[in-house]
Amino acid sequence: MATLCEGFTLCGLVQTQNASDSPIQGIELDEDSDHAVVTDSTRSVTLYKVSDQKPLGSWTVKQGQLLTCPAVFNFQTKEYVVVSDNKVIRVWKDEDLNLDKAFKATVTADVWRVHSAPGGEPVVLFQRGAVRFLDSLLSAPQQPIEDVLSEEEVIRWSASIVAEEQHFVLFTTEQNGECCLYVQRLNPNTLQKYRLEREDSGASPLSFSASLRDKHLNLLYLYPNGCVYQSVVAARGYVGLEGVQDLPRSLRLRLPVGEGELGAASAVALDEAHVAVVGVPHPSARTGKDFLCIWNTNFQTLQAGKEMAGRIHGQVWCYLGKLFVPHGKALSIIPYECQKSSLASALGKLRHTGIAVSKSSVAVPSWNTLLHGDQPQGPTKIVETRKSKLSRKSQSAQALTVDQVLELIKTGPVDEVQREVEVLVSRGDAQDLQLSVGQLACHLVARSQAETAFYTPVALAQLVQTQFLCHSVCPGLLLLSLEHKDYFLCQLCLQLFPDIPEVVTCACLKTFISVPDGDVEMVSLEPDSVSFMEGLVAAGARGGQQNGFSPPLFEEDSCDANHQPKPPQDKKNHTLQLEACPVGLHKAVLLNEVLQTPYSDNFLLPHLKDLDTQQVILFLQYLQFVYLKYSQDVYTQTAGLRSPTMTQIIDWVCLLLDAHFTVLVMAPDAKGLLSNLQSFVKSQVKLFSELGKIESSLQELHKMKLSKDISQYSIEVIELF
Amino acid sequence: MGEFKVHRVRFFDYMPTAIRAMAFNAHTERLALARMDGSVEIFNFTDHYFQEKVIPGKDSRSTESLCWVGGRLFSAGLNGEITEYDLENLRPKYSLEAYGGPIWTIISNTQGTQLAIGCEDGTVKLFEVLEEHIQFERNLDRQKGRIISLSWHPSGTHIAAGMMDMIRVFDVPTGHAVQRLLVDRGFGGSKSQETVVWSVAFLSDHTVVSGDSAGKVQVWDGHTGTLVKTHLVTKWDVLALSVSKDESSVVAGTSEGTVIQFQFIAPTLHQQQDKEWVRTRTFKNHTHDVRALAEIETAIVSGGMDTHLVVRPLLEKFDEKSHASGLRKIHFPHVSTEMAEITLVSNCLKKAGLLLFQFPGQLELWRLGDSDGHGKPGDRLPLKRKPEKLLLLKRKGEDHICCSALSSCGGWLAYSTVSCVRIYRLQTDNNNISITKVSKLPKALRSAHQLCFSSDSSKMFAASSQSSVLVIALTQSECKYVHTLKPKSGSRQPIHLMTTSVDGKWLAAANSDCEIRVYNLQKLKLHCIVPVYGSCPSAMGIHPTTNNMTVVHADQQLFEYSIVEKQYTDWSRKLQKQGLHNVWLDRDTPVTHVTFNPKNPNQVVLHDMHMFCIIDQSLPLPDQKTQFYNQMTLRSLSEQERPSHLHAFKICKTFQVSLLFLASLLDDQSLVVVERPLLAITSQLPAPVRQKKFAT
Repeated sequence: MATLCEGFTLCGLVQTQNASDSPIQGIELDEDSDHAVVTDSTRSVTLYKVSDQKPLGSWTVKQGQLLTCPAVFNFQTKEYVVVSDNKVIRVWKDEDLNLDKAFKATVTADVWRVHSAPGGEPVVLFQRGAVRFLDSLLSAPQQPIEDVLSEEEVIRWSASIVAEEQHFVLFTTEQNGECCLYVQRLNPNTLQKYRLEREDSGASPLSFSASLRDKHLNLLYLYPNGCVYQSVVAARGYVGLEGVQDLPRSLRLRLPVGEGELGAASAVALDEAHVAVVGVPHPSARTGKDFLCIWNTNFQTLQAGKEMAGRIHGQVWCYLGKLFVPHGKALSIIPYECQKSSLASALGKLRHTGIAVSKSSVAVPSWNTLLHGDQPQGPTKIVETRKSKLSRKSQSAQALTVDQVLELIKTGPVDEVQREVEVLVSRGDAQDLQLSVGQLACHLVARSQAETAFYTPVALAQLVQTQFLCHSVCPGLLLLSLEHKDYFLCQLCLQLFPDIPEVVTCACLKTFISVPDGDVEMVSLEPDSVSFMEGLVAAGARGGQQNGFSPPLFEEDSCDANHQPKPPQDKKNHTLQLEACPVGLHKAVLLNEVLQTPYSDNFLLPHLKDLDTQQVILFLQYLQFVYLKYSQDVYTQTAGLRSPTMTQIIDWVCLLLDAHFTVLVMAPDAKGLLSNLQSFVKSQVKLFSELGKIESSLQELHKMKLSKDISQYSIEVIELF
Repeated sequence: MGEFKVHRVRFFDYMPTAIRAMAFNAHTERLALARMDGSVEIFNFTDHYFQEKVIPGKDSRSTESLCWVGGRLFSAGLNGEITEYDLENLRPKYSLEAYGGPIWTIISNTQGTQLAIGCEDGTVKLFEVLEEHIQFERNLDRQKGRIISLSWHPSGTHIAAGMMDMIRVFDVPTGHAVQRLLVDRGFGGSKSQETVVWSVAFLSDHTVVSGDSAGKVQVWDGHTGTLVKTHLVTKWDVLALSVSKDESSVVAGTSEGTVIQFQFIAPTLHQQQDKEWVRTRTFKNHTHDVRALAEIETAIVSGGMDTHLVVRPLLEKFDEKSHASGLRKIHFPHVSTEMAEITLVSNCLKKAGLLLFQFPGQLELWRLGDSDGHGKPGDRLPLKRKPEKLLLLKRKGEDHICCSALSSCGGWLAYSTVSCVRIYRLQTDNNNISITKVSKLPKALRSAHQLCFSSDSSKMFAASSQSSVLVIALTQSECKYVHTLKPKSGSRQPIHLMTTSVDGKWLAAANSDCEIRVYNLQKLKLHCIVPVYGSCPSAMGIHPTTNNMTVVHADQQLFEYSIVEKQYTDWSRKLQKQGLHNVWLDRDTPVTHVTFNPKNPNQVVLHDMHMFCIIDQSLPLPDQKTQFYNQMTLRSLSEQERPSHLHAFKICKTFQVSLLFLASLLDDQSLVVVERPLLAITSQLPAPVRQKKFAT
């Protein structure tokens, strides 16, 4: 996960006359990692101490002169370098007060940028593409500078990267809508030109960002249509390749653009998996593009977002864990953190394996399909045309195509919709179904949400049973079924969805507990789970006698030596409580489904607090009932039946107690329950201590085996090869 | 390659005895070592510390001190006798009563003309060393109290003597005591006990260094008789001192098992002139008393109650890591026949293995157990019959057994001491064993360094004096002298290895001058001499079918010599051309046994104290880049991949706790491993001196 920390303002910005221009030309680092050299778009360079948010020094050129390139710090000579009026290179030290008195040299051609990086000499890149080391240039300022680029070619962006021994200057140019990347290696000097693939719209990239990773130069660029591409150039090799190479690219991210195209936006790579983007709308916020977001390119997920007040100029710099973003009237610094993310952590606890294998073969939907146009919410044209082609191919189709059904769902009557969906589901081949089921479900849910009268339980159940659905594909489905008290569908969803959020699980739990028993008993539920529950209840009713052995009663365990033996009628009460299931059969079946839903306890805990005390007590009673049934080994679990495990029950008890402990302690009717639970824990502890004893005796057996070794004589077999 | 049944024998409770004294001969680089049982061992330090000679002990002899005079070795002991050893015949040459009571120490002057002994009665007696004898010369002034230790000044004019509570310095020409250095007693309770000066060293600058029972190493000025410096090094005794040849370093051995080095150096860098004796290093390689010490050119050699000899190299004397710079611990005899003879025969009738264990005082004959089970590699088979001790034969007389042999049919048993040879006839029927001594022995057969029987048990061979071999014919009724195989010229050193071929035609005998002679037994004359190699052979064997002789030397080199063709075999040449693997060469114990697989003529079985090795001559030799210990790798490989990784040396280190063992093949692919774990020996040692350890 990546997070954006609370930001702070480094300095205020002066609005320029032309509102579209940024008031900042560039931000560079000093040898001190806490310093930032900020060059504004007109005349001054300011050195800031970042942690103190205050300027340490400021240098300004005369009125009438203009800084044309951001000031950089020469790490070798500890001097600052800036270019004014395209041709005058100025070099000064920290202690120099006046920029006019500093060293100046006028060169023969216009300078595009001066680049400097720690561990490398500063490099001057001219507007016509020539590259010189600063030192050699200053020693002979009047040397002729050759033209590398053709007449109309203009440099759009440049950067310099210092690898182990290699120094690279990268710059991109634009000419008649064609973009090229030049990679200039220094010492020995080689220049390689790459042609960037054209975007369909013909637009040129809005921003570039270059980084070095695993001996490869990674170029990340953002197009106005929201596509972020990455191209990789080997830092070694390729030397001596003639001519212009085509630069292959890969799509890393497709950003939601909203209406229109992006104007001023910028993307910068933070690490292998994370990209910071400014000037792109937040997918969940309606309007405005003034956001700073961090996206995970592996999972295509938004990891963090922050609204930046005021106008964003499409500029972002990233230095040492901080993002520098000029927006509105301020330059803000936002520290960020990127951690390696994994799919498992993104999904929370993984589903219990045994069940997952036997019951649901549904895969978690690919993030790619979710994000790249196949969203059920807004299906793209391409997918649909392909699909319609496919369905057209199947000539036998008397029934409607997916599109037609979708259309029908929007308006058609319940019966017809139900029938058509049924036909479609029973007919479709797996590949085709995978795509259409989600759309169908979403449309059905959308219609149902809009019209209370419209609800198609059979169709939805069929869709769920295809096992192509999951919660994130159709988030409204489970809640809709709860709303309509369609418990069968609820059960199906709980069984088959691998990714139900904890909040929804909790909502289900709450509904199930509070529903009157009578309501549920009429509902038909999945027969396997019902038969499991029936078996469990019946096992208790038989009285727990097997092989003439009566297991030590639960209360006996709790009898400490100090305690008075309990009065007999109390005992009877307990046994009664033991045997009667505190909830109805079907309710218990539903609760079992909740118990088996995967969850992550950190997320579940806050939602559990929503339950009221009565609900908690009832649920705890039920859990206790199941636990006791399990621990009396009269009930032998039927293999293959889906049933909550002992660990799941214990986990839930713990969670409930964690969430409601203070309340339960105060509630008088929870007292008996709590003391029971305490002895419940005690018996567990006892069990484990017994196991511990057995372990040590088993270890002794191991040792005895060893001691046999020291005999006076033995005949052994060895093998030599 | 195959599975082997291994008989793991751990009931051989061989116990080496403690080391009492040692003397290093810098000229010949031989170390003489005396043990508590009176035996003396000679180690050749130029040849990988190979134990080349053992002079067996005797019950009445107790050696307290050893001394080299040129190439001659003298010892003195508490029986009051001075003994000179005959190193060619491995026996005492003569013993001389000194008439001064028990003798504590014997030393010689640097010129090698005189010997001095320190006696219980307080006299220091001087003996003149003559060509073949020594002769009493005179006594120095008699003192009250015993003379425990002596040291001769290099010039020969003075002798320092360590006594009870004091050190005396004698002027040798006059015989008078010129200095009396009083040694302090220990602190506390030991105040009332006399301090024993266990060891003194007289340096050329008239410095006397002493080590005493109060745990002190003291430095004295021998001119003035004043104490210069005291180093309290232990709460217990300082038992031994040794001075390096250049007198820049002294080592002291203590009861705690430590060896402490003192060096004559300047304490600060600036004043290089003012040198003093500074305690520098402590080595702890022993658990018990260090009774004997020698500082040689590049190492410190120490030994004591815990029975093993430690060669601790001084690493500053080495420029690079090499074979010689590693720590050596010598636990067991190098020639397996010297102190513990283990002979394995397959009894023709019962197909049972017999084991003969040789102890200094007795012989034990065991029958191996049996099992008819088959098992997977790693399994332990159920025993059908347990091993059985058939015979315990105690020796007669005072002399310890030096060698013994059992014939391969199991019908003859022979042993020898330095004074006599005895041959017994064994008869086994229905688990009863009867033993009869062969009464009339040939006169020529007085003692033997080595004994062995021919494979058909019709002849016995005894290695006798001056490298000769006696051939004795054995019949049911008598045993008759046949011939003496005697080299016409060459070395007169004792034979330490002897082996015969299965076809009865050849006898090979190796002596400590590295010569291996092969005799033709049909013609009873010398067949050839194997080209002399610079290192002593440590084991050899003649192949049962090809009559090629495999010889392994103390420097781990391996040769195969064709007796018939009188030349090295092609395989041996190939091996020498390619060179042995460094891992093989870096092993620190010599191969002590060579035998052959009767089922596979290509396989030679060798072993040292840590491993046994089957050399398959049909496989490619390993080069330096090959992984040498490759059994684990091979085990992990599949059947198809294995052949490409095989090489000729197959090494098994499974029996790692073992330190002395023998691998020999019975008929049915079985090996016998005799293990004597070091732990079993340490557990039988007396308790070491108590040392305060943290939290005890």
